[in-house]
Amino acid sequence: MTGIAAIAICEFKIALRNRWVAIAVVIMALFAAVLSAAGSAPSGELGVDKLSLTVASLTSLAVYLVPLVALLMAFDAISGEQERGTLPLLLTYPVSRLEILLGKFVAHLGTLALAIAVGYAIAALAALAFDGEAVQGLPALARLYLTSLLLGAAFLGLGYAISAVAARPGAAAGAAIAAWLMLIVLYDLALLAGVVADDGGAFTRSVFPWLLLANPADAFRLYNLAASEGTSAATGLGGAAQTISPGLALVSVAAWSVIAIGLAAAAFRSVKP
Amino acid sequence: MPTLTLSQVTKSFRDQRALSDVTLSVDAGERVALLGHNGAGKSTLMKIVLGLIAADSGTIAILGSPQGSPAARRATSYLPENVAFHPALTGLEQLRLYLRLRGEPVGQAVDLLERVGLGAAGRRRIGGYSKGMRQRVGLAQALIGRPQLLVLDEPTSGLDPVSRRDFYSILDDLAGAGTAILLSSHALTEVEAQTDRIAILSNGLLVANDSLASLRRRAALPIQVQIATRPDAVEEVARRVAGTRVNGTRVELTCRHDNKLTRLAEVAGLGDLVEDVEIVPPSLEQIYHHFSKAGAAQ
Repeated sequence: MTGIAAIAICEFKIALRNRWVAIAVVIMALFAAVLSAAGSAPSGELGVDKLSLTVASLTSLAVYLVPLVALLMAFDAISGEQERGTLPLLLTYPVSRLEILLGKFVAHLGTLALAIAVGYAIAALAALAFDGEAVQGLPALARLYLTSLLLGAAFLGLGYAISAVAARPGAAAGAAIAAWLMLIVLYDLALLAGVVADDGGAFTRSVFPWLLLANPADAFRLYNLAASEGTSAATGLGGAAQTISPGLALVSVAAWSVIAIGLAAAAFRSVKP
Repeated sequence: MPTLTLSQVTKSFRDQRALSDVTLSVDAGERVALLGHNGAGKSTLMKIVLGLIAADSGTIAILGSPQGSPAARRATSYLPENVAFHPALTGLEQLRLYLRLRGEPVGQAVDLLERVGLGAAGRRRIGGYSKGMRQRVGLAQALIGRPQLLVLDEPTSGLDPVSRRDFYSILDDLAGAGTAILLSSHALTEVEAQTDRIAILSNGLLVANDSLASLRRRAALPIQVQIATRPDAVEEVARRVAGTRVNGTRVELTCRHDNKLTRLAEVAGLGDLVEDVEIVPPSLEQIYHHFSKAGAAQ
């Protein structure tokens, strides 16, 4: 425990000093503010409060930004120590590799939690200011916040695994961006192409929902859009996605965060200092 | 029980033999210098002792615990060659991390930096430190918690002569308090004065492991006797002791260890033809070459 805390304190200090905390907070705040300003659409027509509408927009934003920021914070975690030559000395200390990894994880997740909280708070305050009914959307916002952290945890773990496998930070950065492109952008495009080509066939009905669940980012989106009536009304979510229960999507996001950290721990264990 | 024991340790990288059957121990309070060419296996041996890499065969024990075990890591401190730290941290912050990892109070950071002469720079970022300053931070972290075994890889590279002296006086204090010290170095003259025992690795073989005096005896390298003569007597002195004239006032001769006193008696017999005599024993460098060559031939 003391090992994890020691590494976490040090890593958070490094994140502060390298401006990672500031960068993450500013990115989230900026996008949330832009989204609130642009999203002043007529919510009355849908019969939905303004905050639920904001949560729906924030979900689409978080799906892109949270994994990106998490990967950018994580790619240097192990490859950077190797490149600087700081890893051998650290590994001679009475602290296990898992503790080192978890210490970094705590610091990075803390940074993410702070940045996401600031961003979502700005968006929520904007919604509350213009719509007295917006308090109805607070549970959805809380769900979004907690699942955003789970999504962030999954991609931090993925980033650490990439960082451990890649020998150099440059290679790790490239691989992290490639992973983001594949999991967040190309994965959905490929699924879309599959659904269109299938035209309502067996793929769309029996395979597609499971493929959505298999990707933590899609599961995250599914959960947040389907978990509350307000947001699902706001996005007009329907079709295949509604055949999956939100609970299952939540399990998928949570499971991925644990699996990714496990993968990272396994990859780190085979790193030769 | 010795603090560190290696017995019959062997390690290969692919088909390259890095260590062959190395047996070595370091007692509490003993300072052992590990010498060898680049690639002789010094760093490999140290990394095995620290548990960073595994040996192919043989056993390593630190106070009875296997290398890399939590107990062994708690007892051991390490100063790597060209030690590096995160450039964004200050010296104090970096030391606080290491203190926390060893479960020591973080308040010691200031004293530790003070002890290695870095008190004033503690609040500056390590990114702006010179190599010598980083090396001092490295030494400071190695002093945390009074280690029972200290492993130092080329510890004085990058240090100026005064810092080197300070460095060795800190090592003396530690050894006096019972720390076993294993250090590698290229600076042979330094090692000569500052260590109790010398272990020489050559092509992964431990070719020598003894005190300098014993190694000197075993190598049986010739001893040099330098005779300063009266200016008009140099030819006569050279002839009578069968030495070599070096210049107008100096004659040199070499002799074996067991013949030393006989030869000196001859020189003393020259009376006032001789102004001064100096005896130069074989240097550590010569001894080192002697044993390294023996290892390379195997």
